[in-house]
Amino acid sequence: MSGHSTYVPKTGFERWLDARLPIVRLMHDSAVSYPVPRNLNYLWTFGGILVFMLVAQIVTGVILAMHYTPHATMAFNSVEHIMRDVNFGWLLRYLHSNGASMFFVAVYVHIFRGLYYGSYKAPREVLWILGVVIFLLMMATAFMGYVLPWGQMSFWGATVITNLFSALPVVGETIVTFLWGGYSVDNPTLNRFFSLHYLLPFMIFGVVILHIWALHVVGQNNPTGVEVKNVQKDTVPFTPYATIKDIFGMVCFIFVFAYFVFYQPNFMGHADNYIPANPAVTPTHIVPEWYFLPFYAILRAIPDKLGGVLAMFAAIAVLAFLPWLDTSKVKSMRYRPVARVLFWAFLVVCIVLGYLGAMPAEEPFVTYSRIFTALYFGYFISLVLVGIFEKPAKLPNSIADSVLANTKGGSGASLAAATASEPNAKG
Amino acid sequence: MAHATETTQTTRRDFLMLATGAAGAVGLGAVVVPLVSQLAPDAQTIAAGAPMDVDLGPIAEGQAIKLFWRGKLIFVRHRTKKEIDEARAVNVATLPDPQTDQARVKEGHEQFLIVYGNCTHLGCVPLGNSPGDPKGDYDGWFCPCHGSHYDSSGRIRKGPAPLNLPIPPYAFNADTKIRIG
Repeated sequence: MSGHSTYVPKTGFERWLDARLPIVRLMHDSAVSYPVPRNLNYLWTFGGILVFMLVAQIVTGVILAMHYTPHATMAFNSVEHIMRDVNFGWLLRYLHSNGASMFFVAVYVHIFRGLYYGSYKAPREVLWILGVVIFLLMMATAFMGYVLPWGQMSFWGATVITNLFSALPVVGETIVTFLWGGYSVDNPTLNRFFSLHYLLPFMIFGVVILHIWALHVVGQNNPTGVEVKNVQKDTVPFTPYATIKDIFGMVCFIFVFAYFVFYQPNFMGHADNYIPANPAVTPTHIVPEWYFLPFYAILRAIPDKLGGVLAMFAAIAVLAFLPWLDTSKVKSMRYRPVARVLFWAFLVVCIVLGYLGAMPAEEPFVTYSRIFTALYFGYFISLVLVGIFEKPAKLPNSIADSVLANTKGGSGASLAAATASEPNAKG
Repeated sequence: MAHATETTQTTRRDFLMLATGAAGAVGLGAVVVPLVSQLAPDAQTIAAGAPMDVDLGPIAEGQAIKLFWRGKLIFVRHRTKKEIDEARAVNVATLPDPQTDQARVKEGHEQFLIVYGNCTHLGCVPLGNSPGDPKGDYDGWFCPCHGSHYDSSGRIRKGPAPLNLPIPPYAFNADTKIRIG
C-alpha cells in the first residue's frame, strides 16, 4: 500500500534535510498522504488510543520514579508520600494506575476488533504476531508495576506469579530463586522488578514501531475484509480523514479515563494493597488485576500445577497461531454466518472466565472454570473446522461498493463516480 | 575487486574469520556468566541464612507459631495427641506425595511438627495456625488462594498443590530447643 512518495519539500531547509535525513518525508508518507480504507469505523481508532496510552504511561511513570523508593522497607511509604506530599502526586499516581487499566481496556477492544474483522489473516500474520508480543510485554510490565507499591496484593501477587515457574520440572526451583534473588520475594525482587518495569515500556515502544511498520507495508484491514483494489476509489488520505477520526476517538476515550481518575480512582484496584506487604499473612481472597482474570481462571481450572501453568500460557500463545488455525479465506465476520456466532460466544466466554477468575477457588466456580476453559480453546479449534464447512455470504466487489450499498441503499454507478471523487473535493 | 581472494585456497581472511568468531564466542560466554550470576541470591542474603536457635518451650499444646529463616516462613506446631494419631492412621500409599508422619518429625519429639509455611502450589501462606482459622478437611492447614488442604503432618491431601510442605533442616539440641539450618 505504501505507494510512491508524494512529499514535495517546500523550503530550502526541507530540501537540504531531505537529501540528508528524509525524516519529514517519512512522517508525511506515513501520517499524511498514507491511504486508509474509506470505510474504517471507530474500532479502528484504538491503535492511536493505544499509542497515546503508552506515551501517557511513560510520562507519568518517569515522573513517579523521581519520587518513588524501590526498597522493601520504604516503597510503601514512598507511594503514600507521593499521594500526600508531592504536588499533584495523587493525580500522577492515579493517572498511572488507572492508565494501566485503560491501556488494557483499549488493547482488548483492539484485539477483539482484529478477531472480528479477521485482521490476523494473510498478509497481516507478522503484524498480528507483533501485536501478541506487545500484549505479552504489556502483561509483564503491568504485573511488575503492580508489585512496586509493596502492599499485600503486590507481595502476594509477586509470590504467586513467580511461583508459576516452579512448576517447570528440574529447573523450576532454580529459576524461581534467580527471579527472586533470594529464598523468597524480598528486597532484591522489588529492585529488579523496578528496573525491568522501567525498561519494558521502551521495549514495547520498539515493538510498536515494528507493528506500525508492518501495518504500513500491508495496509489496514477494514470492516469488509476486502483488500484495497483501487486506491482512488477505496481509500482516503490519512490526514485529515483518519487523523481527525483518531483524535476524536481519543478524546472520547480520555473522558472515560478521566472519569475513573477523578471519580473512581480505586475502582479497579484492591483495598488489600493499601496494607503494607506482610510475608507471614496471605490475604484471604487473593486476585490479580481485572485484566488478568480470564487467564487466572484458566490457571486455576486445571487441577495440576504444571498443567495449569501450561494452559495459562497456551491461552495467550494460541493467539499467535490464529492466522493458521482459521482456515477460512473470508476475513470479516460480517460475511461469516457461523463464525460470527462463535465470535460473540467467545467474547462471552472470556467475560465469564474473567468473572470466574475473581471468584474464590471453590465449587461451583471450579467446575464452571473447567467448562469455560474448554470453551475458550474450543473457539480456536472450531475455527479450523468452520472455515472448511461454512458457506460465507456474498462479499462486496470492493470497499467503495460496500460503502455505496450502505449509504443509499445502493443504486447506480453515478453515485460511485460521485463519491469516488469526494476525497479530492474535500481534501 | 575481489579477484585475488576468489580461490579455493585458505586465505588470511578465512583465518581471521574463524579466529575472530572463536574469540567472540568465548567472550560472549564470559560476559553471560556475570550477567546471569548476579541474579542469584547475593552474599548478604546467603549470610542471613546462618543457623538459628529456637526455644519451643513456650508453645502450648495445640498452638502453632510462625518464624522466618532465610526470609522463608516456617510453621512450628505443637500437635495434640489426636492430631498425631490422625496423621499416623492414614494409609500412606493413598497420599499424593507418599510420606509417613514418622519421616516428617524427629523421633521422641513427635509432638513438634516443623515445616516451611508456603503452599507448594504457588506460595501462599495456608491458614490453620490461629485458633479461629479454617484447618482444612484434615485438621492441618487450608490454603485460601487455590484451595489446597494439608493434614496434621503438613502433607498435601487435596487441591492443586503437588507436594507436602517441606521440612527445613533442623535438629534438637535439647528437649524443647532446636537449631534451624
